[in-house]
Amino acid sequence: MTVSPLRWLCACGLWLILAVAQPLQAQPATIPADAATRLAEDGFSATEAAIGLIAASGAPHAVAALEAMADRRLLFWKDPARAIWRDAAGASFDLLTGEAVASPPAGASLVRVNNRLRGAIQAALGTLTLLSPDPQRRLRAAEAVLRSRDQAALADVETALARETVARVRVALLEARAALILTGTTADRPTREGAIATLVDVADTTALTVLRQVLPTADATLKPVIEAGIASIERTMAIRDVAQTVWFGLSLGSVLLLAAIGLAITFGVMGVINMAHGEMVMIGAYVTFVVQEVIRTHAPHLFDWSLPIAIPLAFVCAGAVGIAIERGIIRFLYGRPLETLLATFGVSLVLQQAIRTWFGPTNREVGAPSYMSGFFEVWGLQITYGRLWILVFTLVVFACLLLVLRATPLGLQMRAVTQNRRMASAMGIRTRFVDAMTFGLGSGIAGIAGVALSQIDNVSPNLGQSYIIDSFMVVVFGGVGNLWGTLVAAFTLGIANKVLEPFAGAVLGKILILILLILFIQKRPRGLFALKGRAVEQ
Amino acid sequence: MITLRLMRALAGREQVFLALLAALIVLVPVGNLVMPPDSVLHIPTGTVVLLGKYVCYAILAIALDLVWGYCGILSLGHGAFFALGGYAMGMYLMRQIGTRGVYGHPVLPDFMVFLNWKELPVTWWGFDWFGYAMLMVVLVPGVLAFVFGWLAFRSRVTGVYLSIITQALTYALLLAFFRNDMGFGGNNGLTDFKDILGFPVQAQSTRVGLFVLSVATLAATFGLARWLVGSTYGKVLVAIRDAESRTRFLGYRVEHHKLLVFTLSAMLAGIAGALYVPQVGIINPSEFAPTNSIEAVVWVAVGGRGTLVGAALGAVVVNALKTVFTTGALAPYWLFALGGLFVLVTLALPQGILGLLERRRAAKSTAVSPKAAE
Amino acid sequence: MSLSRRHFLGTAAAGAASLAASRVSFAQGAPIKIGILHSLSGTMAISETTLKDVMLMLIEDQNRKGGVLGRRLEAVVADPASNWPLFAEKARELISRDQVSAVFGCWTSVSRKSVLPVFKELNNILFYPVQYEGEESERNVFYTGAAPNQQAIPAVDYLMSKDGGEAKRWVLAGTDYVYPRTTNKILEAYLLSKGVAPADIMINYTPFGHSDWQTIVADIKRFGSAGKKTAVVSTINGDANVPFYKELGNQGIKATDIPVVAFSVGEEELAGIDTKPLVGHLAAWNYFQSVKNPANEAFIKRWQEFTRNPRRVTNDPMEAHYIGFNMWVKAVEKAGTFDPDKVIDALPGITAPNLTGGVSEMLPNHHITKPVLIGEVRDDGQFDVVWQTSGLVPGDAWSKHLEGSKDLIGDWVTRKCGNFNTVTNRCGS
Repeated sequence: MTVSPLRWLCACGLWLILAVAQPLQAQPATIPADAATRLAEDGFSATEAAIGLIAASGAPHAVAALEAMADRRLLFWKDPARAIWRDAAGASFDLLTGEAVASPPAGASLVRVNNRLRGAIQAALGTLTLLSPDPQRRLRAAEAVLRSRDQAALADVETALARETVARVRVALLEARAALILTGTTADRPTREGAIATLVDVADTTALTVLRQVLPTADATLKPVIEAGIASIERTMAIRDVAQTVWFGLSLGSVLLLAAIGLAITFGVMGVINMAHGEMVMIGAYVTFVVQEVIRTHAPHLFDWSLPIAIPLAFVCAGAVGIAIERGIIRFLYGRPLETLLATFGVSLVLQQAIRTWFGPTNREVGAPSYMSGFFEVWGLQITYGRLWILVFTLVVFACLLLVLRATPLGLQMRAVTQNRRMASAMGIRTRFVDAMTFGLGSGIAGIAGVALSQIDNVSPNLGQSYIIDSFMVVVFGGVGNLWGTLVAAFTLGIANKVLEPFAGAVLGKILILILLILFIQKRPRGLFALKGRAVEQ
Repeated sequence: MITLRLMRALAGREQVFLALLAALIVLVPVGNLVMPPDSVLHIPTGTVVLLGKYVCYAILAIALDLVWGYCGILSLGHGAFFALGGYAMGMYLMRQIGTRGVYGHPVLPDFMVFLNWKELPVTWWGFDWFGYAMLMVVLVPGVLAFVFGWLAFRSRVTGVYLSIITQALTYALLLAFFRNDMGFGGNNGLTDFKDILGFPVQAQSTRVGLFVLSVATLAATFGLARWLVGSTYGKVLVAIRDAESRTRFLGYRVEHHKLLVFTLSAMLAGIAGALYVPQVGIINPSEFAPTNSIEAVVWVAVGGRGTLVGAALGAVVVNALKTVFTTGALAPYWLFALGGLFVLVTLALPQGILGLLERRRAAKSTAVSPKAAE
Repeated sequence: MSLSRRHFLGTAAAGAASLAASRVSFAQGAPIKIGILHSLSGTMAISETTLKDVMLMLIEDQNRKGGVLGRRLEAVVADPASNWPLFAEKARELISRDQVSAVFGCWTSVSRKSVLPVFKELNNILFYPVQYEGEESERNVFYTGAAPNQQAIPAVDYLMSKDGGEAKRWVLAGTDYVYPRTTNKILEAYLLSKGVAPADIMINYTPFGHSDWQTIVADIKRFGSAGKKTAVVSTINGDANVPFYKELGNQGIKATDIPVVAFSVGEEELAGIDTKPLVGHLAAWNYFQSVKNPANEAFIKRWQEFTRNPRRVTNDPMEAHYIGFNMWVKAVEKAGTFDPDKVIDALPGITAPNLTGGVSEMLPNHHITKPVLIGEVRDDGQFDVVWQTSGLVPGDAWSKHLEGSKDLIGDWVTRKCGNFNTVTNRCGS
């Protein structure tokens, strides 16, 4: 990794300035004793006053104390009023002096915080950490100032802006400054216009919020400028909305595809109406749960690896169950597709109840590894990491599956057996083995889907049920036996659903999709990409 | 004379079935109304209600067997027709409540008052008249099936495609009826019925009356279906089931045959639903749930597909098992039993329970006949 | 690991323990049967199974204390399988075949509506433990969960207060069924009466089990960007909550920006979610596991012991069953008989301690008095109580904020009527 010399210099310079600035300001080293008294009153308003005192004290440990309060690590005593905080490691420090306390007395209560206080702490921390050396913290601080619109922070924002080098933080600071200027009373007209221009440039929902908020109180000459700004942002956002809808649609489509892709094998390729498909997905999700549970108790540091570990395990578990079902039940039913429906429906009931008996009927917690949580913005579009990874993952699974079917001997044999069983058998292919493997592959992929779906949905015995109908729709819409059809169908349904949702509402949107699907099947009775030739007429 | 000829035309199992229904019509009212409660022969009202429910399911099963067993159309949406019939009946019953609802509104059902509706929606007009409601019981499922079937069969949607879109149909209706804006009571559905044609729904005699009516309808449904499958038309249906293209090439209008039987079957399912609602006392969108329709298919398979009697038998057996297994210590495990049964039946009894019974009888008669020859 | 094989063993062992406990000497006579009517399979099993277990525990404990009137209690468990007609069938079976003295059961409103005619016809008692939309007061039903005035309205009051963040703009998001519809109707009327502009209220309904919340969460975010403090009141039903909260967390909606107050999300539901991104979102209930008092601590300890799971959580409907069961025991003792008809008349006026330190009373309208607590989600899946009513709030059977019901009251003591109209002075209309 290379660090550009310029950035290095800047960082050093910043650090130097900070280091020099610190002693010069001659800060009082303590927090006023009143803060502890107010905390001991144990009321939200009193605590808010205490936050003000702590923030205004300028004490070097104020940030640590406030963070401790937000994390519920700040304790207080009544008579005499006293407060200490614990750091993450468990060591105790006195609130007023910031000195370590060896053995705090008994009888402490936790300082209670609610949303209002959390907001106040955030705002206070925002002002205090604007000059922090950590860019992440500076970003959070800028956002906090933007949220609190604390006029007192304006000077600090200007200072921070002058030093800021990281582009993302800079934008946040600019937006915060603009918000402060517009909501404040002191700035002159050109400054205000500049602030409006900044907000129009940023063009996100917060910018819109600020403009809408100041519009009613702005003076008459400035009003048209603000209104034009709002209109401009709304235009940008309208275009962005279209992109957002497409993204939501793709993301929903990827979930549909993931859920359906295993079914495209067991139902599409093999012709088994596999009602237990949803339960294979469920098994995958429960494998994820078990993996995470083992990691939590034995190796918490591996938590981020839980999904990569769960994927092969889910494939193997669901695949094994699939092979067992194929060997135990389905192999007796080839050529009687409708009977497979009944048998697999029975299997699905048994599997659901088995999971309910072993794991209990309630939801199980499956956590999101760090790379799956949160979101990032691209041109104002919010892309959640979880959804993005699921989309990528789905496409990878799809590509792998295509590769297996096209480029491996097993894939060749699978296609041979499903196209002409007797001929394949005559060529020396072990058809029974291939049947079992194909069903196992389909089930295993459903298991993998379960790993991904555990990140966005309930992990409960009902998990499979909620996807089974949609999965069948996708496969049938795409054309049975055609993987590409499944891909196109999933994304089409996903996007159509998301386009309809804002107009028709979630319920009516879904009904419309189903009706359109029924009508579509009348037009193309064998789906989007129908197989051609004699094989289709059975 | 005609009855005699008819009876002769029926197979042994069908004679037994009809005799059983006749016995039910006589014995249940006697057992419930005449026998004193402490008598061994007394049939509690709870049992009458339960049997009535099974009988309604049996009608649905026969309707389904008609399309699936004889014409090869696997409908995974027959629960929708059943539920629509049920809703039509439920709407009539709701209108009969009159001012006895909790808010005492003369026209609007409680749930509409509750949601501040001001007037009765058009869909509810006329339902205070029994004749209109009964017409809707057959008409709504019939028309829906006709339109759906006309579209589907005309464009030759067959096999799994048809099954899946029938499932989509019932799923769409499920979602639609869940919406409160539809004006059918949303998730709570229609409930708290007071009386039917002036008879209080809760009264013992009304319950017995409804039961007798249900059994009679079952017998009539069976008779109609049996007559149909025995006719030339029925033979064509079987031909379609076994070789659709060949039948078409022979000059039969396959679509018309399918459409007729599908519509008829939907109407029968609607009647079953209409009889079901006053007996169980509630109709709710969950009757549209795709699993309900699949379960109905399972009844037919368990009893024996393509036999009519088997379908009715399957409906009763599966539901009786459900009743037994869902109470007491077995309650947490009944899905194992039910699921296991489905697997077992498909694997070991491809002809269903009826097939098993017949095979055993056949085996017995072949075992007996050599002796008789001696 | 808290795999429920243990849970299963736990229940089995508990059964054995109850057999052992039965050796406490009981007076002559067969045991008294109590019906438990909660779904153990199907979609509602997720919520209802816990309530079956808590009833088994309460009955076992009562037997250890010597039963009721010297008679041992015996639980009869039925599984209505989340199927509404089956609820009616099972209720009938419990009452007429098993001759139970009372039934504790149901979760959804539709299941209650389905069994109602059966309870009326056979004149038995149902204890219904879940918060619901109100608009009902029946002689045979005792509502131990919250009515809308015991949950929704105080929650909105809190959010409008200074502590709650002075919300000015409201999103009412719910699953499309009768409880959210009614609650939102009541809340809308209430908010309008408090001077909130119609444009500042957004109402949104989603189907059951809705799992793709991207659009709606984005809409909420946009609605919240109008420059006024926005709050979301969620009446989203159980199953759909997990994906909803996951999406909120993913799209970075923090409780300090747009707080979400939920009426159907308790400890049990949060057990399925990583709550770190949700810290600060709220729930309004009449009980939280985190409430500190000896009775609650003993209850939690016993529950975790009973289920053999030291991490098992408790929740509001469980407390409702706890209160309801103790009220039933006291009413039976007061009436001196198990005859449901007499117990029904004995129940109003009975008091029983709840688990939040107060004493709840059964009112003439068959609802009970309860405290209202607002809790904020903590990172450990529990709630921090941030506000609570100073006293107990009596449950209203009929909402004062709905056109059709504002004149109605339920009074089964003096007027013997569930829907008495105070304007016309008549029962029924």
